[in-house]
Amino acid sequence: MCGIAGLINQKRIRENGKRIKKGIILQNDRGSGLGAGFAAYGIYPEFADLYALHLMSADAQSLAEAQKILEEHFFVHAAEDIPVWEHIIAEHPLLRRYFVEPRSYRLAQSVCENADDYTIEKVMALNSTLEHAFIFSSGKNMGVFKGVGTPQDIYDFYCLDNYKAYCWLAHNRFPTNTPGWWGGAHPFNLLSYSIVHNGEISSYGINQRYLEGFGYACRMQTDSEVVAYLLDLLIRRHRLSIEEATHVLAPPYWSSAEGITEGTVRDNLVALKIIYESAMLNGPFAILAACTEGLFSITDNTKLRPMTVGHAGDYSYFASEVSALYEMDENLLTVTTPRAGQPCIVRLEAEAASHYAEAAVQ
Amino acid sequence: MTLAMTTPGLRSHFRPQFDRECCDGCGQCAEECSFNEIRMETRAGKKLPFANGRSCGACHRCELICPRGAIRIAEDKMALRRHGVWQTDAVNRVHLQAASGAVALTGLGADTGVPVYFDRLLFNACQVTNPSIDPQREVMETVTYLGRKARSLEELDNQSGDGCSLIRLNTPLVFAPMSYGSINLNLQLAMARVARKKGLLWYSGEGGLHRDLYPYSDCVVLQVASGRFGVSHEYLQVGRAYQIKIGQGAKPGIGGHLPGEKVLPGISETRMIPLGSDAISPAPQHDIYSIEDLRLLIYAIKEASGYKPVCVKIAAVHNVAAIASGVVRAGADMLYLDGYRGGSGATPAVVRDNVGIPLELALAAVDQRLRDERIRHQASIIAAGGVRSSGDVMKAIALGADAVAMGSACLVACGCHVCQRCNSGKCPWGITTNDEKLAARLDPAWAEERLSNLVDGWHHEMQEIMGLNGIYDIGSFRGNRLILRGVGLSDRELSVLGIKHAGE
Repeated sequence: MCGIAGLINQKRIRENGKRIKKGIILQNDRGSGLGAGFAAYGIYPEFADLYALHLMSADAQSLAEAQKILEEHFFVHAAEDIPVWEHIIAEHPLLRRYFVEPRSYRLAQSVCENADDYTIEKVMALNSTLEHAFIFSSGKNMGVFKGVGTPQDIYDFYCLDNYKAYCWLAHNRFPTNTPGWWGGAHPFNLLSYSIVHNGEISSYGINQRYLEGFGYACRMQTDSEVVAYLLDLLIRRHRLSIEEATHVLAPPYWSSAEGITEGTVRDNLVALKIIYESAMLNGPFAILAACTEGLFSITDNTKLRPMTVGHAGDYSYFASEVSALYEMDENLLTVTTPRAGQPCIVRLEAEAASHYAEAAVQ
Repeated sequence: MTLAMTTPGLRSHFRPQFDRECCDGCGQCAEECSFNEIRMETRAGKKLPFANGRSCGACHRCELICPRGAIRIAEDKMALRRHGVWQTDAVNRVHLQAASGAVALTGLGADTGVPVYFDRLLFNACQVTNPSIDPQREVMETVTYLGRKARSLEELDNQSGDGCSLIRLNTPLVFAPMSYGSINLNLQLAMARVARKKGLLWYSGEGGLHRDLYPYSDCVVLQVASGRFGVSHEYLQVGRAYQIKIGQGAKPGIGGHLPGEKVLPGISETRMIPLGSDAISPAPQHDIYSIEDLRLLIYAIKEASGYKPVCVKIAAVHNVAAIASGVVRAGADMLYLDGYRGGSGATPAVVRDNVGIPLELALAAVDQRLRDERIRHQASIIAAGGVRSSGDVMKAIALGADAVAMGSACLVACGCHVCQRCNSGKCPWGITTNDEKLAARLDPAWAEERLSNLVDGWHHEMQEIMGLNGIYDIGSFRGNRLILRGVGLSDRELSVLGIKHAGE
């Protein structure tokens, strides 16, 4: 059991984390204090074109090693300690962030097709090489903040009142299969894809082996990380639409995929099921995922984990519990519960002048 | 006196025992025993059965057919002095060969003590955090597509028109290749009917496709083996797919030999060879001496068949992963992997028992190698060789198989009691024989029902195993090695199998 909350403004109007904090704290019963985290989109407009790498390290030596590796492969435009309020959580890893771009000659020499692939390769390599340091957030103009603690503690620890985002994700963890550790907290992120997950992925064994075949290394000791990597593979590298990607992760049953008679739709669903069999998720899950296109939820075919959605104007809200939707916005216009296996997708409007708009609320 | 001196040896290890109180002297047992173990004699005015004590192989035909239930087959080994090395079988084989000067032949799969890794693997199950699924009440799907698949939707969209079509199975089971000749038409017909009814595949084996089975050609994989028996233009048109047989688990590296006396009219016609002539399958395919040659044959068959999928069958040998990679790169759409315990209608015992490696290790190595080389999607893996139960099937699928073959299990379903004398041509159950009288014992309708029941039973159990792991689609079970744990295995064995030890 875990708790999920998310909100997005389709016009990219940014606000600090107060509302998402309320949404996730209301669901405190869904967690055990062994992990919580947030993802925020639009928080680094001054570095919007740079990869924002969030790094955690158990000790100074590992941090130095990681930094050396980063500087070898990337041009680091800025680096700083992630501001934290230490008295909230005394025992925490060293946390640092780097705003980087791939060194152009290194990128040219590499076998990677583009800067995104290059960045993933270096992030995965660093996470696999160093035992006590890893990068847990690697997107542009976004960041993940997570750790072991309650949502309240993690929120305050990372001073999330001070960030403004147009899209927030939050998670409250109740770990059951893997240890509660800083790296195992949600969200899981790769480039711009972040996910929070409630449930258990029974197909993890094959999802992980499938991803290894595309160069993704699973190192976080928990099943949920595969979802972030799968989204990167499906949407960014294989150019599937969000809808198609959700059909891969939570496909219709064969009986319905093969039974639908409209030519192209059926063929496409069957083709997706055949080609991406090993990417299919099994087990109980409700997943909320964010990317540069927007925010979307997926649930398993029998909906063994809850997901509710609320809308009010340009705002959309997702949560495990309806009460959390109202906690984030008491003036909701609609509240819906997606049917089992049905995705709910909220797309951002095309980037416009509103890019730097600030929320008047809160 | 001299006779006894020139034929030392061991008598049969088994002996029918008769309850003469119960026996009514009908003589059915003597009639049924194709090995002449039983003779009827009249004693004190009553006809009674007697054992010859020379040829009982524990087929249990007489025991199960006796209308009075008056027969029990009992183990009846000669009491050799205990010896840690010279055990009964070893002594027996030397005696037999010293008498005959021949290669000792046997049937079915290896019966040695080489570990059955399936028995050292255990499944996981849901507890608390992840609900199991009850297949009786909820959707539980086993649909499987075999063949060469695209790596992405984009690749599929860009594919040219000559891509081979995929084969849809309702459940990932196929009937293993057993040729007309090694088995008879009754069993092939039963397999064909069940494959059709259940949405599975059956394999012809190397003996061609009998005319009577042409109506079932839409679900058959037709074999092109080293003897090229029955391969005609029409043959290359009618099959659902084609299989090039390179090797067989029960006899890797050697060919086959169907003696002339077994080449009866139907077999002669179907194999397209003269009546009564020996049917020799050379050890290698004489137009395949290299991987390049295999590629030529694969594409020749694709061209000739209108681009039907081509499956290549290899035996599990030491370097199987590298060989499999070559086979897939040569253009195979399916790889049929036959392990050490795979069955055979006739094989030299020395080969059956000493050559090749167990399916489980070979399968794990091949699946991982194809993944490492990023060509796993290019071919489906069909695992075969000693699969006894739905548990074995699901373990093979978790190790990485796309589908699993039922071979010996089909024979057992149709009456076989694993006496391992398939090579004799005298199968008392009428399965591995084409002797008209014996073959008539296998009623195709009954065999069909038995096979159909077996498939149903396994299918239900497979669904149970998926459900108790919280998985509703077999696609998430396939290659999912986290579902398995090993017991009593060394680090090296675990590493080859790619699984953790129980407790980890």
